[in-house]
Amino acid sequence: MSESRISCEEVVQRLFEYMDRELDSYTSAEIQRHLERCHDCFSRAEFERQLRERVARSGQQEAPERLRHRIREMIERF
Amino acid sequence: MTASNRRPRPLPTSKECRGQFEQEVTRLMDRLYGTALRLARNPDDAEDVVAETVSNAWRKLDQLDDLAHMEGWLFRILHHTFVSHWRRRQCRQEKEVDIEPEDNDIRFSLFEKLHQPFLLWWGAPEKEFVNALLHEDIQNAIDNLPDGYRVVIVLVEVEGYSYEEASGLLDLPLGTIRSRVSRARTLLQKALWSQGQDAGLAKCCGQPSGTSSGGDL
Repeated sequence: MSESRISCEEVVQRLFEYMDRELDSYTSAEIQRHLERCHDCFSRAEFERQLRERVARSGQQEAPERLRHRIREMIERF
Repeated sequence: MTASNRRPRPLPTSKECRGQFEQEVTRLMDRLYGTALRLARNPDDAEDVVAETVSNAWRKLDQLDDLAHMEGWLFRILHHTFVSHWRRRQCRQEKEVDIEPEDNDIRFSLFEKLHQPFLLWWGAPEKEFVNALLHEDIQNAIDNLPDGYRVVIVLVEVEGYSYEEASGLLDLPLGTIRSRVSRARTLLQKALWSQGQDAGLAKCCGQPSGTSSGGDL
């Protein structure tokens, strides 16, 4: 009953949707269980999670002073 | 008095409200600009998108029920602002967006390129690779994605929108978002692999390992 029935191949296929929280709760729990038992799939998931964090951080960028000044002036005119 | 402090209703004409609005916009400026830059790719367009966002937000401020919700609301306006620019351009450059995947790209996985199962106790080359990537490497890889893929990856991976939310924002079917996110990730990983090779990052760990098989612990 508690045995993971999902295969490594299925986990790999659905890993991104799992990480995006786009799977139904049953499939998501199956993958979670598999990842707790399978070292290779866990390593893969960890790698994708780290890469994803780096990609998410790419949205951080210092705004140029020119833009800050432009926005300040704009708000003053509101 | 206390109740109104708990749930302030913004009044677009009040000075106090303008002060709060400016404070919040200033606090979020780097993220607004960073997101706009990843979406628009070029600094001038990104600045225009942020400025138009701030202007639109001020105009619609009476629609915001609580200033505490301003962060998410501002980013929604930013995406809507960008998307309306993008749609106008999409109409002019239809082909740029509708790029079909090439079969030989579909299976690419950075993990499979880097992972070496027999080095488990020695280290993890794939982690070293990710850590060695520069911020600029990732930005370049995203910036070089075709428009249709770049926009979905920024919405889903950078901003954390669900597929359904991205579908609503871009007015595209859910299935299209799903396939574009998947394809965008493949393209992104391919670009990072290529950049990593150029930078010598993959030299010591870049043995193609094929499909790595799993194994229960």
